[in-house]
Amino acid sequence: MHKGAATYELGIVKTMWWRDMLLLYKQRSRWLGVVVQPLLFWFMIGSGMTSVFRLPGVGGNSSYLEFFYPGILVMILLFTTIFASMSIIEDRQSGFLQGVLVAPGSRVSLVLGKVAGVTSVAAVQAALFVALSPVAGLPYAQIHWIALAGTIVIGCAGLTAMSFVIAWTLNSSQGYHAIMGVVLIPLWVISGAMFPVPVSGWLHIVMYFNPMSYIVNGARLAMSPAGVPMPGISPLLTLVILTLFAVAMTALAARVCRR
Amino acid sequence: MIAQPEIPTNEHRAEPESAAGTPRLSVRELRHAFGRNEVLNGLTFDVRPGEVFGMLGPNGSGKSTAMAILSGILPLQDGRLLVDGTALTPNDRRWREDLGVIFQSPSLDAKLTAVENLKLAAALYGIKGADAKRRIDEQLAGVGLESRAKEPVGNYSGGMKRRLDIARALLHEPSILFMDEPTAGLDEASFRRAWERLDAMRQERGLTIILATHRPEEADKCDRLAILRGGKADLIDTPQALRERISTDMIALVADDLEPLRDQIRERFGLEALVDAGELLIECEKGHEIIPRLVEAFPEGRFKSVSLRQASLADVFLKITGFALDDDQPAAPDGSEAADA
Repeated sequence: MHKGAATYELGIVKTMWWRDMLLLYKQRSRWLGVVVQPLLFWFMIGSGMTSVFRLPGVGGNSSYLEFFYPGILVMILLFTTIFASMSIIEDRQSGFLQGVLVAPGSRVSLVLGKVAGVTSVAAVQAALFVALSPVAGLPYAQIHWIALAGTIVIGCAGLTAMSFVIAWTLNSSQGYHAIMGVVLIPLWVISGAMFPVPVSGWLHIVMYFNPMSYIVNGARLAMSPAGVPMPGISPLLTLVILTLFAVAMTALAARVCRR
Repeated sequence: MIAQPEIPTNEHRAEPESAAGTPRLSVRELRHAFGRNEVLNGLTFDVRPGEVFGMLGPNGSGKSTAMAILSGILPLQDGRLLVDGTALTPNDRRWREDLGVIFQSPSLDAKLTAVENLKLAAALYGIKGADAKRRIDEQLAGVGLESRAKEPVGNYSGGMKRRLDIARALLHEPSILFMDEPTAGLDEASFRRAWERLDAMRQERGLTIILATHRPEEADKCDRLAILRGGKADLIDTPQALRERISTDMIALVADDLEPLRDQIRERFGLEALVDAGELLIECEKGHEIIPRLVEAFPEGRFKSVSLRQASLADVFLKITGFALDDDQPAAPDGSEAADA
């Protein structure tokens, strides 16, 4: 019985996506933890920083909590993609992915399916988090929903594909943890998530090469009028750059895992 | 000038197997190296339609690597694959849709139930709706897991996972099945039952099975066996013919200082003997007549135990390659097989 190529390509995308959805449902408490922990982090650091942190031109007690909220949103996206991609390593050597690798569908579809799955998981978590944004002084009415959804989905797709490349290339859990601690989390810290990036110096230059800066920028512009945007990067340009990043990373991921 | 018909391969014609018709699968000169470590060094064999073909060798002999290449998990570095006489790459969709693979460790998600795992496997091959449901029910019944189908696979025993993995690999009704140490962790009853099902499928649908194993009892299930040594097939024959290569009886002696003992036995009895895993193995005819002579020829207490048995495929393998099946082959440690213990 021979079927067309499209059947198998769609089949592999569906399998990868569906599996992540089943796991999201089964591991509800685990994934809720990925939202709650950053939320606590936001509340504690945000409360402490409020007394010393003053944004130019913005006053009031809630200003740092407000500033930090979109940054924490990006942290949730980052943690979700990191944890969801970590399983690739073991899965490929001795688990579920083995069967996917011998199926007729292509590796491009495998990557697309994984990106779709993790992005969907992250979108659910982001929705939970954004639902609480009035608590942080960011009322729904001021949120630009389309820009926010676009930033979350496209940004998360890029992060997932990037994590896929790291996981597949290193093929070791320890190596993956090392990259997470030494590269990914520091990149989040200097993305503008925790503090506005200085307008000069090395941090300023790094910011423009840091994909997470654009996710933070997109989320901040969509959520908060008090946000400090990246100089010269409009909301539209942010989405364009995030799209290019996602496409490039997906192509790279399909390349590293090719047969 | 007469146009020559295109000849697929010269080697192919030269194979004695071609007398039995076009092989279902031909592997030619497969070579593979991990860095500078050559694991496969010109592996060549033919598999006939509907046969069970075994690759017998210890861990590190390259059998898992060969399967990983043929199923497209590892890239093909050098060598060729012919399916029904047509050259293909392991990436070819027609080949892959006909192929089912049972891995050393089951390809299952332990957090999902058996039914969910099988639903995902169905989706992977574009099998939907009522057709998917029918096949899943059929496979679950076939491996005797219907009553626990809704439990997470993480709760299953090793043998149950193995059975579910067999169901998973057969769900899309492949015509070629690769099995890498398939019955590791199966108890005797499950082992028999798994083989009964596979035999039935061979009868019904002409399923061709290729398995990699280091277990003699599994090798005995094969129609033909390739003895792997040094990254190639040293010898390919039926288990019976391989067994006939050595005399039918094996005497196993347990004693201290086996090497001097071996030399003495060679000298005084003219018998060939091998030291393996703390035993001295003597192959001979009429072992029951030799044992009393052996016992009398040496002082009391020289032997801790003396036993007589029929030569197994493990003995044949040791005789042919000089390696024991349950040893890791030192010449070619193979990363992809390291997990197998």
